Amino acid sequence: MTLREVKDLLQADVLTGQDLLDLEPSSFCGSDLLSDVLAFTKEKTLLLSGLTNSQVIRTAEMSDLIGIVFVRGKKPDSATVELAAIKKIPLLATRLPMFEACGRLYQKGARGCSEIK
Amino acid sequence: MSGEQPFIEIKRSIAGGDFAIAGNISSETKTILQQTGLPPVFIRRVVIACYEAEMNVVIHAYRGTFTTQIYSDRILVVVDDEGPGIPDVSLAFQEGYSTAPPHIREMGFGAGYGLSNMKKCSNQIAVDTRVGEGTRVTMVFYLNSSP
Ligand SMILES: Nc1ncnc2c1ncn2[C@@H]1O[C@H](COP(=O)(O)OP(=O)(O)OP(=O)(O)O)[C@@H](O)[C@H]1O
Ligand SMILES: [Mg+2]
Repeated sequence: MTLREVKDLLQADVLTGQDLLDLEPSSFCGSDLLSDVLAFTKEKTLLLSGLTNSQVIRTAEMSDLIGIVFVRGKKPDSATVELAAIKKIPLLATRLPMFEACGRLYQKGARGCSEIK
Repeated sequence: MSGEQPFIEIKRSIAGGDFAIAGNISSETKTILQQTGLPPVFIRRVVIACYEAEMNVVIHAYRGTFTTQIYSDRILVVVDDEGPGIPDVSLAFQEGYSTAPPHIREMGFGAGYGLSNMKKCSNQIAVDTRVGEGTRVTMVFYLNSSP
């Protein structure tokens, strides 16, 4: 599943990384705990989160995440979007709450970090 | 670790409580490691540990220094801080143990996984601490090894 398909399934806006939508996450994670993301995600994971501070971008950068989807209509400030743009980390934003966003993706075959090899 | 000199040494100061620039040192470290052409999987575990250590100073201490030394076979990271110190180090290593206040938890930190993750990502870790003075975390990452 590409980021473009994720965008369509979640009716999401692209905040940055319009040119990176052909990337394909190898796993998916929904979390509001950065320590969990740092400890348990694999590289090329797409993170769904309700957190929008700049440390989410730093966490994505350190963990080699493929991108971030902000859920339930939350949007980071422009400095945070700019940081993601510099680091080439695509950012999407959906109005859907966490459970529904994850559910839609799971239904279409997206799998979590503990389920892939 | 004899008198051997590192190829590269990076020394930076960390400001406690400054969340706007928190993570900048780990980010710079990542860029430098990428320029050396090291394998991405290795870089990933080094910078995740660096970031956890940097955030611990920002969150729990007052100020600190972050030193990275790159040798032919390993990377040495020393994070030194002035701060409250850690009264019980083995408790601090336990997953889920955290003294982080609510405003830190709201940012997504404070689950109590940092030190155990640093241990998982590194080949060696040592924590030297004095209550009321500060903490030194030393981590070694060997190039041709898994943690
Ligand atoms: N540099 C430090 N100075 C003082 N206390 C520290 C320091 N680093 C860690 N601690 C103490 O050890 C505890 C555990 O640290 P650890 O990094 O494992 O978890 P955390 O920082 O609380 O949460 P997380 O890392 O999951 O965001 C901290 O809550 C704090 O009490
Ligand atoms: Mg920590």
